[in-house]
Amino acid sequence: MSSLSTSASPAPATNALVSRHQLRWWELLPWLLAVAYFFMFPTYLGFGTEILIMVLFAISLDMALGYAGIITLGHAAFFGAGAYTVGMLAHHGIWNEPLSSLLAAAVVAAMLGFVSGLVLLRTVGLTFLMLTLCFMLLLEESANLAQEFTGGFDGLTGITIPPLFGLFEFNPLFPTTQYLYALAILFLCFLFARMVVYSPFGQSLTGIRENTLRMHAVGAPVRMRLVLCYTMSAALAGIAGGLWAQANAYVNLSTLSLDRAATVLIILVLGGYGRLYGAVIGAITYLVLAHYLSKAYPTAWQLGLGLLLVGIALFARGGILGIGEALVQRFRPSTQRTPTPS
Amino acid sequence: MGYARWGAFGLLALVVLALLVTDPDALLGGVAAGMVLFIVSVGLSVTMGLMGFANLAHGAFAMLGGYIVVLSMRNLGVGFIPALGIAFLLTAMISMVFERLLYSRLYRAGELDQVLFTIGIIFVFMATLTLVVGPESQPIPLPDALRGQFDLGFLQYRTYSVFLIVVGIAIAFGLWLGFERTRFGAQIRAAVDNRRMAEALGINIDRLFALTFGFGSGMAALGGGLGAEFLGLDPNYALKYLVIFLIVVAVGGLGKITGVFYAALLIGVLDFLLKKHVPQGGTVFVYALAILLLLWRPNGLFGKSA
Repeated sequence: MSSLSTSASPAPATNALVSRHQLRWWELLPWLLAVAYFFMFPTYLGFGTEILIMVLFAISLDMALGYAGIITLGHAAFFGAGAYTVGMLAHHGIWNEPLSSLLAAAVVAAMLGFVSGLVLLRTVGLTFLMLTLCFMLLLEESANLAQEFTGGFDGLTGITIPPLFGLFEFNPLFPTTQYLYALAILFLCFLFARMVVYSPFGQSLTGIRENTLRMHAVGAPVRMRLVLCYTMSAALAGIAGGLWAQANAYVNLSTLSLDRAATVLIILVLGGYGRLYGAVIGAITYLVLAHYLSKAYPTAWQLGLGLLLVGIALFARGGILGIGEALVQRFRPSTQRTPTPS
Repeated sequence: MGYARWGAFGLLALVVLALLVTDPDALLGGVAAGMVLFIVSVGLSVTMGLMGFANLAHGAFAMLGGYIVVLSMRNLGVGFIPALGIAFLLTAMISMVFERLLYSRLYRAGELDQVLFTIGIIFVFMATLTLVVGPESQPIPLPDALRGQFDLGFLQYRTYSVFLIVVGIAIAFGLWLGFERTRFGAQIRAAVDNRRMAEALGINIDRLFALTFGFGSGMAALGGGLGAEFLGLDPNYALKYLVIFLIVVAVGGLGKITGVFYAALLIGVLDFLLKKHVPQGGTVFVYALAILLLLWRPNGLFGKSA
């Protein structure tokens, strides 16, 4: 203790811990880029909105998977729950004000996350993986069956969303409102996620990820923390789903599919999980590549994606950001290592 | 342990009896489907139990096997049974190469890396088959002897389903004998129970892993070939049936041959019945059942109790 308080320069480890939550200059870059995109590519704002939504979805997964180490294959369950909440409320004429609809989507997804987390998080490993998968497919099949409410296989099309604040029209053809709206929501959600993962609560999640047994031993309420984290993650995923429904003005079964769950997982590990910004880099890289390749060369795209996944799993567990960090470490050997997920 | 097993037995016996009286058609169809599920999933169960590897790509080896059967029958003019043998051997060899070169690097890695890696393998298999063979679905040219109806005495039934049931029971019995009564089987069981101890006793774990993985994938290939008649065969096979194979293994318990057998029969019959009688919502019940079963017994109906 005394060495900490008396020495003129605190130990590097202390320094790193005290300053780890501080904003760095490069954290501004993604937001500047997003604003620049708005002015540079006015005809591609629909695509930009899609990227923003996937970033938010990937961040929600990062909270659970990257920070708490909850390995789930069924995260689209919450995305779809949010999307269907917004879609069904609007389609059946109950409620369609955009912001409060998103709040409803978050609440519904959070409730699903809380209940399923409470029950499913009793298991670990392969069983948990299977259960999340089954839970998502169960929701998908239910949405397929409940045709009256969800539109079944065809989904709900032509959802009408009133103007934001009564002023800004949502327009699927010229989605300027959608883009800025999604960007603002993403920004708020990002601040929330950043605050959570750098809080003492977030620290304890990292502790659980690194060594569950030890966290039990020091008396942390491991399961409740995991459930809480899962719930918050589900809420963010629900907001992403709700945004998706509002931006596209329709909802269909694809929001709940294994395809979407796998895509968000791929995006997150491609960018690098447990880093928050990995979601940003991953979503941009994946969606831009997919946009140009998946339609023109579907088979080659699939082959490349497969090889990429195999390569990441074998050689680059940290994704793109992990590679970047390794390069930075190599050229600046004196910098303090930050803990990264194994 | 005991009471879950007997409970499941009792349930199964009741269902079987009720069906034999009311709907023997659906029972036989479901049992035949269950046999295919068993043949495909048993390898997955053993490799997952033995190596602790979340191998989502198991269905990809089943798909590869199905393609080898169809292509060798169509292009080389081989009969159905020899084609199954070729599929078994080829797939086993290919998968052993995969195991030695790639899978073995990830045994100590986390589940996430294993999941990503095997999803990647699925994509690679799907894309390769699309490029080499084509995206269309491949019908399997069954020999005439296996087509048509078979007279069971009390009812007429599709010959192929009867064939599947007979083959499935023979394979299950053979596997059980091999697992319980041979030295190799004992080595696998020892390694499933306690890998370090088995290694310390001088069992060559690397060799055991490679052989088991090859054998399991070969079984998957056999199942892929046998099931192609009603599961279909196209490049999406590996993703389409991934979940059902995983459910069978999870419900049956990792590394338990008898467990997988009963789980496959249970799910095969249930799925068949529900699709027949509740066509609009059959799969919901299978997922719900799987969730409930796994919550009740996280290690599967026949796995070690938690």
